[in-house]
Amino acid sequence: MKKNWPLWEVFVRSKNGLEHRHFGSLHAADTEMAIQNARDVYTRRNEGVSIWVVESKHISASNPEESGELFEPAKDKVYRHPTFYNLPDEVKHM
Amino acid sequence: MSEEQIKNLEAEFEARIARDEKIEPKDWMPEKYRKTHIRQISQHAHSEIVGMLPEGNWITRAPSLRRKVALLAKVQDEAGHGLYLYSACETLGISREELYEQLHTGKAKYSSIFNYPTVTWADIGAIGWLVDGAAIINQVPLCNTSFGPYARAMVRVCKEESFHQRQGFEIMIKLAEGSPEQKEMAQDALNRWWWPSLMMFGPTDAESVHTEQSMKWKLKRKTNDELRQQFIDQTVPQAELIGLTVPDPDLKWNEEKGGYDFGAIDWDEFWQVVKGHGPCNKERMNARVGAWERGAWVREAAMTYAEKQENRKVSKAV
Repeated sequence: MKKNWPLWEVFVRSKNGLEHRHFGSLHAADTEMAIQNARDVYTRRNEGVSIWVVESKHISASNPEESGELFEPAKDKVYRHPTFYNLPDEVKHM
Repeated sequence: MSEEQIKNLEAEFEARIARDEKIEPKDWMPEKYRKTHIRQISQHAHSEIVGMLPEGNWITRAPSLRRKVALLAKVQDEAGHGLYLYSACETLGISREELYEQLHTGKAKYSSIFNYPTVTWADIGAIGWLVDGAAIINQVPLCNTSFGPYARAMVRVCKEESFHQRQGFEIMIKLAEGSPEQKEMAQDALNRWWWPSLMMFGPTDAESVHTEQSMKWKLKRKTNDELRQQFIDQTVPQAELIGLTVPDPDLKWNEEKGGYDFGAIDWDEFWQVVKGHGPCNKERMNARVGAWERGAWVREAAMTYAEKQENRKVSKAV
């Protein structure tokens, strides 16, 4: 029976001190090959110092249709931002 | 969903694009948007993959180690570009298998330019200079296209592409400065690649059917004719600089429009090649399909090995 190589998502840390960022995806038979392929496909010009790969099927994503419920409540909570609070002009360093 | 609802969604969708918002794979999109993008992104990916073939032809015969490492790196980049684009395309809900199937059966197209042969080393110079030059002009506006994964892939592609053009032009410079035979070889390559390169921008605006819709979706920011003019205006002085002659007797600077006037393009030739009657259409597909089929046992073996390792892990855990 023919089985295709699964899809993997690739995350690359560009340099130490920075987070791993999603770079793209690729197909590979297993983790080892996924990392090697990620090296060849996404870091040919020193773009990274560390690679994470995870099979795409293991990623759960929020549904754009539910973006309203998920993200809108944060919009009217202006009191979470420092600019919400009034200070006298004389106050420095706050 | 009612027709009314779909209309509303479509209006909202178009408005988002007009506001320069990006569309991401899981967002609602009109079926036509999805199909058009699958067609364009996959054609683009196929072009990168088939584009390796004419250049691969010269890797073992590159005239020096310097030229060889550069050409190898360039061809490897084309493979990388194809892979970025295939995975961008797969986010639209089509599998890699289906995409390859479409290429191998001829259902999907790739850029016609790769159906011309690379008969001398100078062709590698001309391809980098002209074909990659034209590709850059086509691709730069796509870095701002509306579909997020395509735009992100194009940013990466464009960053890497300028080395391709420079390595090609450097080959042309060296040949043009060389012996009379070498200069003649460079001129001959320019003669053969000039017109097909102009055709890379597609039919004239009057003949182009997709332009209006593509403009709206930011799959195109400028028309075919505008891009072609841009290419000619920037390339002619480069040819002059290295003492080569663009093979167009009608080519003339037009002070008023601030660009070159140029001769008629042979569109019959263009359509012949698109329809499969170019000099190398069959050879390219045979090479591509052959490589895919000869690699089948490797892909299967890798999968079997992965499964075996996985099972071993599971049975150890039990």
